[in-house]
Amino acid sequence: MEKKTLMKGNIAIAQGAIDGGLDAYFGYPITPQNEIPEFMSKKLPEINKVFIQAESELASINMVMGSAVAGFRSMTSSSSPGISLMQEGLSYLCGCELPCLIVNVQRGGPGLGNISGSQADYFQTVKGGGHGDYRLIAFAPDSVQEMYDFSLLSFELSEKYRNPVMILTDGVLGQMMEPIVVAIHEPRATSHEPRATKNWALDGCAGRKPRLIRSLLMVEGELEKHNWHLNRKYDDITKSEVKYEIVGHKDADVFIVAYGIVARICKSVIKDAGSKVGLIRPITLWPFPSEIISEIASPGKKKFLTVEMNLGQMVEDVKLSVNGKSPVEFLGRPGGGLVTAEEILQKLKGML
Amino acid sequence: MKKIFSRPESLKDTPHLYCPGCGHGIIHRLIAEVIDELGVREKTIGVAPVGCAVFAYDYFNFDVTEAPHGRPPAVATGIKRVLPDRVVFTYQGDGDLAAIGTAEIIHAAARSENITVIFVNNANYGMTGGQMAPTTLIGQKTSTTPEGRIENCHGLPIKVSELMAIFDGVSYIERTAVNTPKNILRTRKAIKMAFEAQIENKGLSLVEILSQCPVEWHMNPVVSAKWLDEEMLKFYPLGVIKG
Repeated sequence: MEKKTLMKGNIAIAQGAIDGGLDAYFGYPITPQNEIPEFMSKKLPEINKVFIQAESELASINMVMGSAVAGFRSMTSSSSPGISLMQEGLSYLCGCELPCLIVNVQRGGPGLGNISGSQADYFQTVKGGGHGDYRLIAFAPDSVQEMYDFSLLSFELSEKYRNPVMILTDGVLGQMMEPIVVAIHEPRATSHEPRATKNWALDGCAGRKPRLIRSLLMVEGELEKHNWHLNRKYDDITKSEVKYEIVGHKDADVFIVAYGIVARICKSVIKDAGSKVGLIRPITLWPFPSEIISEIASPGKKKFLTVEMNLGQMVEDVKLSVNGKSPVEFLGRPGGGLVTAEEILQKLKGML
Repeated sequence: MKKIFSRPESLKDTPHLYCPGCGHGIIHRLIAEVIDELGVREKTIGVAPVGCAVFAYDYFNFDVTEAPHGRPPAVATGIKRVLPDRVVFTYQGDGDLAAIGTAEIIHAAARSENITVIFVNNANYGMTGGQMAPTTLIGQKTSTTPEGRIENCHGLPIKVSELMAIFDGVSYIERTAVNTPKNILRTRKAIKMAFEAQIENKGLSLVEILSQCPVEWHMNPVVSAKWLDEEMLKFYPLGVIKG
């Protein structure tokens, strides 16, 4: 069953995670995502699940690691400076192949920055902000509905691949209210069902051999082997989990590439710009929809415009996908500046 | 013939790779003996640190996970909160617990997490080559205090047990050592008390174990046991600090 309800983006993420079977939430306050821990602190004890306000983001991500080690559905949420502190933990979670959900409601940076929405953590998310070769499955919702949907989906996906999932959103979407459709069902009473399939989780070695979870592989060749194993997994994810949306005609002259709240603004621009402009909206930032961008790119016919709320980060991946076949231009505003429809239209006029 | 001494079930039949005279092997065995005695091997989950004792997971015969440097109390919190009926312990060195992981241990204590902490204090960073630790004694030479630890330059050593004792959420703290047979027996008793406190849901329990590190102290095992007795015990007195 489903019901329609008015919801704030941050709450939608929290509710989606609960509906997806969340067992344990750990977090530290930071604006603009405080609605998530506040909501969790009220809801989770009511359904006999774990909520802890940790002493730092370092502690949050490591508590997530602990609950994930035990095979439970675990998450944390934060905003840019807090996510920076979690990079060590993310590297360990990927090395140890532990499923979990991390939410980044981005704010302006660098440093303490400001509390406006931003997209300046793209590099950190998809290029690996922590040490070592690793990948996060990264969703970029552009509506409150998608914030709910991807949050709900994330646990199954992260368990399927034994890899953390990140929802990369921003302060604008986090604070925005929209009507959405939510599932009406009782959250999973316990995690017995998902845990039963986890033949790697630590819960005491009763009736089986002891298990070990680690990322330290000191024997010669062992770590390289582990990295190749991870790489095969990342290849599988790239083959199967790319998500994107195309708006407008496939034969448009100019394609905007934008994600999240910026894609939302671009959708309104396309309505006014007519059939000559289309939009490719990456829904997964990693794996990135390179193939479709490469397909659309053709010498002399198409142009691309990447629009972001930063100084040009995703545009590098767009250029790699286009691979020189078409010109790629960039429009962006850093430091919490929101790109306006007028700015985008003006830029498009120069390109058409 | 009656068998009167054997390897505890909680210890794997694997040769230890710790240095000659190192205390970790003794401490591992004491933990394994206590876990066997309490009959909790099949419900125990250990959290290994970064440092020499990360290899604990090669030796313990029960579930063990790794944790980033200093974060075992946070990882243990995550495990214990979702599996409250399991026995969860961290095994941490002085760098792990008293330097990089100070926030995690203090707040685990403040929350009265029902876990057991085995804190091994050998007054230096053994794994990385004997650098100064937060517990290095004044005057003690290490690879980063070549002239000895100087108070107004390198700071003063931290007495972890006394520090942790101020938290109401901590149920049991004892400082012991593994340099003599008598001290080893007392350490075994303290470890048992600490695990029992957890099983009885009394909140965080901690055993600080003074341990020899002959290789990085540049002493032979006999001299290092004596140095522990003569130098470390002056600053780190043994005994029940809370309980």
